[in-house]
Order: sequence, then structure tokens, then C-alpha cells
Amino acid sequence: MAEPERPPMSLPGGSAAGEGAPEVGSDTNALEPAPSAAVSPGTEEPTGDAKKKIDVLLKAVGDTPIMKTKKWAVERTRTIQGLIDFIKKFLKLVASEQLFIYVNQSFAPSPDQEVGTLYECFGSDGKLVLHYCKSQAWG
Amino acid sequence: MTDDKDVLRDVWFGRIPTCFTLYQDEITEREAEPYYLLLPRVSYLTLVTDKVKKHFQKVMRQEDISEIWFEYEGTPLKWHYPIGLLFDLLASNTALPWNITVHFKSFPEKDLLHCPSKDTIEAHFMSCMKEADALKHKSQVINEMQKKDHKQLWMGLQNDKFDQFWAINRKLMEYPAEDNGFRYIPFRIYQATTERPFIQKLFRPVAADGQLHTLGDLLKEVCPSAITTEDGIKKNQIMIHGIEPMLETPLQWLSEHLSYPDNFLHISIIPQPTD
Repeated sequence: MAEPERPPMSLPGGSAAGEGAPEVGSDTNALEPAPSAAVSPGTEEPTGDAKKKIDVLLKAVGDTPIMKTKKWAVERTRTIQGLIDFIKKFLKLVASEQLFIYVNQSFAPSPDQEVGTLYECFGSDGKLVLHYCKSQAWG
Repeated sequence: MTDDKDVLRDVWFGRIPTCFTLYQDEITEREAEPYYLLLPRVSYLTLVTDKVKKHFQKVMRQEDISEIWFEYEGTPLKWHYPIGLLFDLLASNTALPWNITVHFKSFPEKDLLHCPSKDTIEAHFMSCMKEADALKHKSQVINEMQKKDHKQLWMGLQNDKFDQFWAINRKLMEYPAEDNGFRYIPFRIYQATTERPFIQKLFRPVAADGQLHTLGDLLKEVCPSAITTEDGIKKNQIMIHGIEPMLETPLQWLSEHLSYPDNFLHISIIPQPTD
């Protein structure tokens, strides 16, 4: 099944807090859905270091709301904190709510870690699978 | 001949003489004397500085105090990096004691993570351990441990109990005899001369032909600029725990003996001092 098509996404700053609210972390706004989840590996862009963006698959854990679009093309230099901010906005969570991101359903990378590095060490089949949760899910 | 196991003890008990001084713009009711402390290299700043905090808060008013943070020569110090790494990366080749400035205001949100409690440090530390074991053993060893074993690792670090920590940690250092090493070596390479975060990649301790990979092999592969020379003179120092291990040292041995308690080898690349 292909993921539903969506235009490149740019979220309004601080939708929960109202217009013009200053945002912490300036790099958190734009994420694009990955081109398609169903293309065969042969037709994809060149893989490896040449590719600037990586595919990240976001999966909800427990009673945390799911995201309709699960696969996103993410800049390698984006941090885990940047991703957390994005998901929180996407799910319209209030700023004070916590969100945890896990790799391999086992460890929570530090917020300043870059997804590109995690992809190199823990990616498989051309994507990095991350689980997100509103409460501590593992350890 | 000394036993290799003695290395573990030497690494664990490594200390850095440090002088903490209150930032000049902090408001105090009387003069704040500097505070001296031997910092354990393998620990974390916010884990071992309760006394520093108390010392300075004594001369301050409650309303002038918010979250404590530390800085060295203008660089905010990341509490979630081990102390020894911060020193190697930022302050090698300077005179001791290490002069750290203490702040209670203007928390640098962009540079530092908040550290509201010891639980935050514990969560970070355990997460690093789990990541390391994911690389070393596909998480099998850490997952087979019981909750109390995890607690013992953390308590061992928190209370500076070498035997308590290593009674459990040695399991994380084992590997099947037929493999000659871990699956991948958990390492992070930091460069003093760049704002970029650390380099971390998959790297095996043993080459396809069965040869043991060395520290030099690793650097050549993932950070070749670190070992370039100019007119035969090396431009950088490769530091772990304040020493420069020979580039011929097998990486597996380094991983077993010179890893920090979080089970990562934290390697600093710093410019060769010119004198």
C-alpha cells in the first residue's frame, strides 16, 4: 500500500500557542513525506552517503496517537529534539507534554543526536525506524 | 608485567583537579570563594557537583538562582558528555587545575540539555549503555540482565564503586570465543576544531581477512583528516582518557579496556600543540 500523497509540509509556528509565538529551535518546521513507501528499491534515489535526506518511519507506541503519514524524508543533520518538536506539533500536543523517541525499541537517543548518525548505525532496508511515545516505553 | 585488568582500575580512578569559580555577573551577598574538587573522569558534571552548587548558593539569594551550568573558556560544558571527554577535548595541554566557571543564570538552551535531576542522568547513561550493547551484541546481553543489574551499573557509577560496577559490566565485555570480538565497536569521535557533532559509524573489530582492526584503521576509515601529517609531523593528537594510545593498538582491546562506563570509546581529536 502506498502512503497517501501529501504536499511538502510546513507547519505553522506554534499552532497551539497562537500566531507569532516564538519557537524554540528554528530547524523544526519543514518535513516532507517520503516519496512513496511502496517503490521497489531499484527505482529509488541513490542510497548511501550520496543521499542528503534519509527515510524515517515513525511508529506510535501504546496510546500515543498515530500519524497518518508514517514515512518522512528527513535531513541527516536533523536532531532527535527537532524530530520530537515536529511530532509534537503534528499531533498538536501541548508544549509541556513529553514525547520519547526510541531506536530498536530499546534505547532513547539523546536529544542532540542527529538522525543521520542513527541511520548509519541502526537503519535497515534503507530507512530508520523510530518509535515514539508519550510516556517512557522502554527502560 | 602488569595485568590488563589494572587498566580498568586506572581508568576508573582517573581524576582531574578542578577549580570552580562563580561567574562574575552572578549576584552574591558576599564574596564567593573558588571551590576545588577532584573530578572523576568517568562521571558526569551534574552527578558530582552537589558540593559545588551548595558552596556557591550559600552566598546567593534564592531568587538569583536557577539551573546550574558550567562553562570553560566560553564553551558551555555538556553534562551528558563524560567529564574526561570534556577535558580531553577542550582543555588538554593547559595548566592544571582545570578552571571551570559556574553559572546560575542565562541557561544556554541552544548548547545544553537540561538536567532537572539525577534521574535524567541515569536515563541518559542507561540509554548509552543500551545503544552500545545494540552495537556489540545486538542488545542480547543488556536485555538478558535483570532490572537490579541495570540498577547496580548505575549505582556503581553514581557511588564510585568500581567492584560493584564491574561485577555486572564485565558481562557486557564478553563475546563468543569464535568471533574474536564484538559485532561492532561502540565509538564516538569528537573534533575540537569543528562544531559538528561526533562521528559514529558501524565498524567491526576484525577485518574480513581475520586481522584485528587497529585504532589507526578506524581513523583512516571514518576520520582520515585526524591522522594526516605535514612534513612528517602529525597535526593532531588522538586522546582517550588523557593519553595518546598507539595507533597500532587493536580496537577490540581499546573497547574492552578504555571505554567509559557507558561502554563507548570516546575519542578526542585535538590539534597538536605547537611549542
